Amino acid sequence: MIVPLAFLDSFSGAFDFIFSQQESLGGGTQVGGLGQVGDLMLEHVKVSGFALAVSLALALPLGVLLGHRGTGELFAIAAGNAGRAIPELALIALLVAFVGTGTLNVVLALAVLGIPPILTNTFVGVHQVDPQAVEAARGMGMSERQIAVRVELPLAVPTIMTGVRTAAINVIATATIAPLAGVLTLGDFILSRNVYGDEGVLAGAILVAVLALTVELTLAAVQWALTPRGVRLQRTGISV
Amino acid sequence: MVAPTVAQASSDFFRDRSDSNCIQDNGAFCVGWVLDNFDRYVDPLREHVVLVVVSVGLGFLIAFAMALASHRRRWLVPPFIGATGVLYTIPSLAFFFLLLPITGRGSDTAIIALTAFNLQIIYRNIVAGLAGVPGEAKDAGRGMGMSDQQLLWRVELPLAVPEIIAGVRIATVSTVAIATLAVFAGGGGLGSELVAGSNITFHTGVVTTSVLLIGMAIAFDVLLLLVQRRLTRWRSAGEVRKSRRPDLLRAPRPAGPEDGGA
Repeated sequence: MIVPLAFLDSFSGAFDFIFSQQESLGGGTQVGGLGQVGDLMLEHVKVSGFALAVSLALALPLGVLLGHRGTGELFAIAAGNAGRAIPELALIALLVAFVGTGTLNVVLALAVLGIPPILTNTFVGVHQVDPQAVEAARGMGMSERQIAVRVELPLAVPTIMTGVRTAAINVIATATIAPLAGVLTLGDFILSRNVYGDEGVLAGAILVAVLALTVELTLAAVQWALTPRGVRLQRTGISV
Repeated sequence: MVAPTVAQASSDFFRDRSDSNCIQDNGAFCVGWVLDNFDRYVDPLREHVVLVVVSVGLGFLIAFAMALASHRRRWLVPPFIGATGVLYTIPSLAFFFLLLPITGRGSDTAIIALTAFNLQIIYRNIVAGLAGVPGEAKDAGRGMGMSDQQLLWRVELPLAVPEIIAGVRIATVSTVAIATLAVFAGGGGLGSELVAGSNITFHTGVVTTSVLLIGMAIAFDVLLLLVQRRLTRWRSAGEVRKSRRPDLLRAPRPAGPEDGGA
C-alpha cells in the first residue's frame, strides 16, 4: 500500500499549494495561495470567455442563416470535421511563430477552435427542424427572419448547446497552454514546474479539471433553461 | 529584371536547399532544411501513430464492452454517459498531470488519458447506432427465430456499423490532435517537435510538424472510411445513395457530450 499513500501525499501537497502561499522552487518569490490561484483563474476564464464570445458571434448567425436556407451543408459539415483535426499545440506554436504573443492573439486563436463545433451544430440543429413546424409558422404569416429566430432557433437549442459545450471545453483546454504564448492562465502552474514544483503542477491540473467540469455543468444548466418546455418533455421521453 | 524579383520573393518564403542558414535566418519555411532533416521526424511520427492507435483501440474495446453491457440493461446508459462525460470534459493536459503521481511519466500515462477522452465519443455512437436500427429489421430477425445474441451480432451490430465507425473516425481525428500534448507527460509524439528546447520559435519546424499532424489526421480518416465501406458491402448502391444525406448529417452530431443520441 505504498503507492496509494504516495499519491495521496502528492494530492495533499497540491491542496496546500492552492490554499497557502509558499516559496517558489528557485527561492525568492512567494507562489501559490488563493491570491495567485484567483488571478490565474480569472485570466483563464477571461481569455476563454472572450474567445467563446467571438466564436458565438461569428458561428451562430452564420449557422442559423445556412441552416435556415439549407445551403452550404458541405461547408458547415466540413468545418466541423476540419476543426477537430486542428492540433491545439500546433495552433499555439504557429501563433507564436507567425502572429505573435499576447492576449488578443490568444483570444483569436482560441476563437478559431470554438467556431467549428458551434457552426456545424447550429447548422444541423436548424436544418433538422421539422419542416411541418416551419410550414405552420409560414402559414401563420411569419417572415423568414421570424421563422429562423422564433421557431427554428428555439427548437435547435439542444443541438446548438451541444456544440457550444464542445467549443467551451476545447477553448478552456487550449487556454491551458496559453502561457506558451505569453498569457498567464492556470496552465502556468502546469507548464512552469521549475517555478512551482510538483505541488504546483498537480494543483494546476486539479484547478483546470475543476474549472472545465464547472463550466460544463453550468452550460448544461443553461441548455436546460433555454430549451423550450415542449422540446424538453419530448426529449426526456426518448432520451437514451 | 523580372526574374530576380520573383526569385527573391520566393526565396524569402521557400528557402532553397543550398541555404544552410535556415535556423539562424528563421524564414517562414525552408524546403531544404526539411529535406535534409526529415529523419528527425521519423521517431516522433512513429510514437504519435502508436499513441493514437493504442488509445483509440483501447477506447473502442472498452466502449464496445460498455455498449454491450447497457444494450439490454437500458438503465446503465445514463450513468455510463455521465461517467464518460466527466472523462471527456477534463482537459487532456490536466488529465496527464492528475495521473502523474499514480502512473508516473511516460507514454502509459498519455495513453490512459487519451483512452479516457475517447470513451464518450465512441460509446455514444455505438449506443446511437444500435438505437437507430429499424424495428422492422429486428422483427424480421426474431421472426426467423434468432435469439437475442444472434439478433445483436447478425442484425443490430452490422446495421449500426456506419454510425460506430463514424464515432471511431471522430475519436481518431481528435486524438491525433490531442496526442500532441502527450509530450508534456513524457509520452513523446510529434508534440516534442513543437515544445522541446526552443523548437517553438523555429518557424520551419513548427510548420512541418503542423503539416504532418494534419496529414496524419486525414490519412487515418480516409483509412477508416475505407474500412467502413468494406464492412458495409451489404448496402446496395440504391441504399447508399438514399442514405448519403443522413450520413453527412449524422456524422457531426455526436461530437458533443450531451446530444440525445437516440
